[in-house]
Amino acid sequence: MIADSLDAYLILAGILFAIGTFGFLARRNAISMLMSIELMLNAVNLAIIAFGAFVAELTNDASVIALMVIAVAAAEATVGLAIVIAIFRNRGTPLVDEYHTMNR
Amino acid sequence: MKYLVLTGLLIGALLTLPLLVAALIVAGEPAFGITGWQWRDFLFALFGVILLVSGLAVVTMRDIIRCGLAMIVCFAALAGLYVLLGAPLVAGTQVLVYIGAISVLVLFAIMLTQTKAAPTRLVFQSQAPAAAVAALILAFVIGIVVVGTAWGDVSTVIGTATDTLAGVLFTDYLLPFEVVSVLLLVAVIGGVYLAKRDEESGG
Repeated sequence: MIADSLDAYLILAGILFAIGTFGFLARRNAISMLMSIELMLNAVNLAIIAFGAFVAELTNDASVIALMVIAVAAAEATVGLAIVIAIFRNRGTPLVDEYHTMNR
Repeated sequence: MKYLVLTGLLIGALLTLPLLVAALIVAGEPAFGITGWQWRDFLFALFGVILLVSGLAVVTMRDIIRCGLAMIVCFAALAGLYVLLGAPLVAGTQVLVYIGAISVLVLFAIMLTQTKAAPTRLVFQSQAPAAAVAALILAFVIGIVVVGTAWGDVSTVIGTATDTLAGVLFTDYLLPFEVVSVLLLVAVIGGVYLAKRDEESGG
């Protein structure tokens, strides 16, 4: 039943993407924002795998693309967290609304 | 109390693994005597609920360390969904890369940047209500689009054979594979360069 319907997986992925969007827009901590981006990437990955599982022509391609997305997400997390740590060393806070040097 | 909830979530995620194996063995049998519902449907519901609850915990909890731990639960539930979708290699990669590498990286970064005042201060920015409305609208629109589109004949899950997948990965997708490996090298070097202390200024 629901485990065999594409709609259920896509709606689940959509809700997870919306949760990630909310976290990215609303959290003050830069690392929380990065975690929200990870949630959004995972939601998209779930949608890709769901399409691959239900459409025969896409099965192998979807898995390959999902693996690529995971690798790129790992690279993005590495560089993003390094940037956050570098900014933290300069400014002494992980909260993004206190990075207001250009606003003064 | 919060520790209890989070410990419960973690134990629940661990307990679902043997349940998953058992369900794969008895796949096809109607579950709990309810006609039309198979074990995989219950597993989908279970993983979906764990996914959404832990995802909400990631974006709403006050203590950011607990957010990181909830993120691990979220990734584990996603790995379960990948197994249900017949993509075991992607599920294994999810566990190895996301739970094993990215979550640990995030937890280390949290510990490096945590200040004493951080947990007691405001978690959300002032635009949080507007962000919540925007996210709700986004979820609603995605739901409408998904339900309103005719996807054609999509009723059975087609499993991915790992040997076929390996063949495709190393023939059709060889160039992207190599580009991704170079990208990972660049990211590692860039991460080390960005995060290392500046020696002239005394860091």
